[in-house]
Amino acid sequence: MANRHFAADTPELRAQWGEFAWDEISLAAAEKILAKYPAGRQASACLPFLDLAQRQVGRMTDTQGWLPIPVIEFVARELSMPVVRVMEVASFYTMYNLVPVGKYHVQVCGTTPCMLRGAESIIAACQARGMKKGATTDDGMFTLTEVECMGTCANAPMFQINDDNYEDLTPESAGAILDALAAGQEPKTGSQVGRVSSEPEGGPTTLKKMAERNYDYRGQW
Amino acid sequence: MSGITSLTDKDRIFTNVYGFQSPWLKEAQARGDWDDTAKLMQLGQDAIIEIVKESGLRGRGGAGFPTGVKWGFMPKEPTPGRPNFLVINADESEPGSCKDREIIRHDPHKLIEGALLSSFAMRARAAYIYIRGEYIQEAIAMQRAIDEAYEAGLLGKNAAGSGYDFDLFLHRGAGAYICGEETAMLESLEGKKGQPRLKPPFPAGAGLYGCPTTVNNVESIAVVPTILRRGAAWFKSFGRENNAGTKLFQISGHVEKPCVVEEAMSIPFRELIEKHCGGITGGWDNLLAVIPGGSSVPLVPAKDIMDCPMDFDGLKDQGSGLGTAAVIVMDKSTDIVKAISRISYFYKHESCGQCTPCREGTGWMWRTMEKLREGDAEIGTIDRLLDVTKQVEGHTICALGDAAAWPIQGLIRHFRPEIERRIAERGDRLEAAE
Repeated sequence: MANRHFAADTPELRAQWGEFAWDEISLAAAEKILAKYPAGRQASACLPFLDLAQRQVGRMTDTQGWLPIPVIEFVARELSMPVVRVMEVASFYTMYNLVPVGKYHVQVCGTTPCMLRGAESIIAACQARGMKKGATTDDGMFTLTEVECMGTCANAPMFQINDDNYEDLTPESAGAILDALAAGQEPKTGSQVGRVSSEPEGGPTTLKKMAERNYDYRGQW
Repeated sequence: MSGITSLTDKDRIFTNVYGFQSPWLKEAQARGDWDDTAKLMQLGQDAIIEIVKESGLRGRGGAGFPTGVKWGFMPKEPTPGRPNFLVINADESEPGSCKDREIIRHDPHKLIEGALLSSFAMRARAAYIYIRGEYIQEAIAMQRAIDEAYEAGLLGKNAAGSGYDFDLFLHRGAGAYICGEETAMLESLEGKKGQPRLKPPFPAGAGLYGCPTTVNNVESIAVVPTILRRGAAWFKSFGRENNAGTKLFQISGHVEKPCVVEEAMSIPFRELIEKHCGGITGGWDNLLAVIPGGSSVPLVPAKDIMDCPMDFDGLKDQGSGLGTAAVIVMDKSTDIVKAISRISYFYKHESCGQCTPCREGTGWMWRTMEKLREGDAEIGTIDRLLDVTKQVEGHTICALGDAAAWPIQGLIRHFRPEIERRIAERGDRLEAAE
């Protein structure tokens, strides 16, 4: 949790973000979120609201989004929470970007199950395209982060870029995905070796009938 | 008594685990979900708890505590100002674990129906599913399944025509492994940093918003409808005594075909790998070691794991644990010190910073592991590291400290000669250079 710092609170930052308020998309989502929690417990919406705010900043800047301090203050006002409480949440959870990021946030899982299957070669493929860990490329296109286990270990190695996973990567397929994104295309998400999900490569060893149709096994109970 | 340790398709609970078919309501119903749920509820709240107890179901999130017993801790008659809550732990973040994800995106209605039945048994009128923030598409799928369940009258007032009012909400985390710890999860759900609470009070006494709460893993809840339909004896027929049921295994690392697969508890390691994973890369002679239950359990060397029954007791006998049944396989090409050091880095990264032994210890242990990886140490460093792991273990509010200590202890227990070799070799190299 170390090494997470807020972007400096400067007059320029205030000028740019001081008037931040929900747009129509966020407003509709915010109402749905608040309805999930009991009356008086609106602080529970702190995490989802920060995510919502980051996404809106993303729409406004054509990036994945981040959390300038005035935006954090806005969330605190919306939830009647002390600003410092929201700031400590923002700095605690790694999915909140505390500084600006690129259009695509390339998050390569580096934890042991991915490492065993070549995560380092995926990071190298990113670096070969001019990315540096913890930095954004000069053209503002990519930010590279090595992240901890993303929970797709049976489809390792993988990276998550903004809202999508790309799994079963090789340096070649990873490179092709990055090139496609840079060219404004929409590369195929999920497994890059033709798996549907986490079945063994080449086809399932179990539940083969399900591959053909929506089979009801109850007749055999 | 030894139960069935090899599963056939008719006894698999998660028939759409791979998502070959639609996860949505109509198709899920055609597979048997939501089949007269109200009738199952007529069994009665205490009878449901008894069946789950009798089934031998142990928590699927790692600790293996008997699920029915846990439910029994909840107040039978909640007071009006303090309702009971169920919180479903979908924060799947233990390295190696990737099973709840498949339930959520491919069989979400098993989880929703399970949430209703479990909450009913525990007298909870509302439940939250806490899903890790990185499961973005999974959260979208889960929300869609919840929405269609509401539209079909399966959730909300008179849920599934049972006469019981029940609400289910999805809550997304934002990237913190520690929120998988149940009290950190409750803190996070309340909108705070995910720092674990001291116990007691236990969540069943004072949990979410100070109200009685049970936290259960996704898989534990999602198997409940099938257990109630097929009976405790059916579930109990799989696996060895005290290790009952079917289980989603997740095999990653150096096997030919990594996968998630539902098998019977107690399936021998060799059979699991041969049947579903196409064997070890480079053959069985090439197997070095296995982390059998997610990154926090000690590794088991090849010779000890090969014929080991994959269940709570079998792996405990090997000085390790079943954990979440996240099986990380390492062949002889693995730099074993580096593999464990990367796990140490993970725990350093994920320590919440609340307790000093963990906050400071995880960083120190990782830095020392990096030195051992290079052999840049003395033999005594190994003993000092082992000593520090013992000082972290058991001296923190939650089990993250233990989880950081155990992999290192396992490494030193089984691979001490390898660490010593590196130290000696580096010494020789330096000497030759002089």
